Amino acid sequence: MTGAVDPFVMNLTVFVLAIFIGYHVVWNVTPALHTPLMAVTNAVSGIIIVGAMLAAKPQEMDVGTILGLIAVALAAINVFGGFLVTQRMLAMFKKKGK
Amino acid sequence: MSANSVYLAYLVAAVLFILTLKGLSSPVSSRRGNMFGMTGMAIAVLTTLSLTHNVGLILLAIAVGGTIGAIVARRIEMTAMPELVAAMHSLVGLAAVLVAMAAFNNPVAYGIALAGESLHSSNRIELFIGTFVGAITFTGSIIAFGKLSGKLSGKPLRFAGQHWLNLLLGIAMLGFGIAFFLSPSWTPFLIMTAIALALGVLLIMPIGGADMPVVVSMLNSYSGWAAAGIGFTLNNNMLIIAGSLVGSSGAILSYIMCKAMNRAFFNVILGGFGGEASAEAAGDGVQKTYRSGSADDAAFLMGNADSVIIVPGYGLAVARAQHAINEMSKVLTEKGVKVRYAIHPVAGRMPGHMNVLLAEAEVPYEQVVEMDEINNEFADTDVVLVIGANDVVNPAAKNDKSSPIYGMPILDVYKARTVLVVKRSMATGYAGLDNDLFYMDKTMMVFGDAKKVVEDIIKAIA
Repeated sequence: MTGAVDPFVMNLTVFVLAIFIGYHVVWNVTPALHTPLMAVTNAVSGIIIVGAMLAAKPQEMDVGTILGLIAVALAAINVFGGFLVTQRMLAMFKKKGK
Repeated sequence: MSANSVYLAYLVAAVLFILTLKGLSSPVSSRRGNMFGMTGMAIAVLTTLSLTHNVGLILLAIAVGGTIGAIVARRIEMTAMPELVAAMHSLVGLAAVLVAMAAFNNPVAYGIALAGESLHSSNRIELFIGTFVGAITFTGSIIAFGKLSGKLSGKPLRFAGQHWLNLLLGIAMLGFGIAFFLSPSWTPFLIMTAIALALGVLLIMPIGGADMPVVVSMLNSYSGWAAAGIGFTLNNNMLIIAGSLVGSSGAILSYIMCKAMNRAFFNVILGGFGGEASAEAAGDGVQKTYRSGSADDAAFLMGNADSVIIVPGYGLAVARAQHAINEMSKVLTEKGVKVRYAIHPVAGRMPGHMNVLLAEAEVPYEQVVEMDEINNEFADTDVVLVIGANDVVNPAAKNDKSSPIYGMPILDVYKARTVLVVKRSMATGYAGLDNDLFYMDKTMMVFGDAKKVVEDIIKAIA
């Protein structure tokens, strides 16, 4: 084996392993919590905020940084909305008398 | 921060996201899981923030979006969760498209091209995939949002040659994708994005209201794949891992929903079901007889039973009768009646929706049982109260091969000793089918508004 590994191959490795983990973890989610699961995955997919922040990173403003800032705001709606609404729902699933 | 420490921080965040999903295996561990998720997101955001120059502006954008998100999360009604989730999918889709455009605008800033050179060829493919998945998610989710919130008709919109048009657009999109790959410039990129946006609309328009649980799950999955696609473009593991977790979660939910409705995934995607009030629904012309009774009769039957199973459908939520039904079960439990709720996977309008609606009404979750666990117990149950549900208790799914819902898993309500059905009228359900359960000798129909009937039952028992 010679030469450096292409970043694509490294990405693919991470991608495939993450799908496996996701598959096994999600099958263990109790059906009663499928709606909170969707809400929390909404928040997690707000991770696009990381990409958006990198787009807004350069010092000099141009079209790209503005698009990035808009995307940051959109993703932030998901992050905050998703986690908070999940928290609100999960609070309803408390045992009685506690 | 060095690149290594950034990636190590991302690794911590990724592990926290996995623990978030793992926590949802039980209501008790789920709240801690959600805290893990928030922590993971905070780590990811703060780490990335340290890499940027426009800290002030970015924090401002987060504050604006975060405030909107927090207000919506606080105010949203639980019945409107499907719309909220659909709306949020569209935001992820749009954000993915914007990030892709920014990346293409200035690839050097992302470190995915050397100064003066254009985008690396493998990055072009990834950019193309991330963009079109994002664009389809964006417009598709808007249509799903419109249908779920009633702003658009839930009826499937179909026209001749629809599938051919979609196929043609798909091929054209691919063609411009190849053109973009060969010479990366704005023209093919924008045309390709525009086609993907149109496809999102065209793909979701023909899907009927009854199939929305599948569509919402599917778009959930797409939003994850869009994020993962952008992660490939930017060589960013954080996006790839989090996106894949969401993508596989949505895919599994789509599968579970399809199975619960006995629908092949492709048939759902191709659309048309749920909304055509089929002509055959009018029945075979024979006037069938049914027995109807009052709320007092229902109260008498349930008050004297040893065990009662309540089968709630979305009609219960429409009538806002969740709290009343919880009051009724409390009164029955005090009389020594064993009360449980049987939940069909598609009882609500998204996976697990009915569980949330009952939890909101403070129904203890120990009383709420999933279909597979409770189906064997109907035969030993004195009284089943079906309220706001129809197709999911239709025995035709088991014994009538000609029925459109034949093969769909149902709650075996027909096996119980006595069945009470609360309904507004004899009208058919989503699938537009007649229900033999209503004409059985042991069935008593109670007509009226669900909330009113339940309140009357409470009065009569107490």
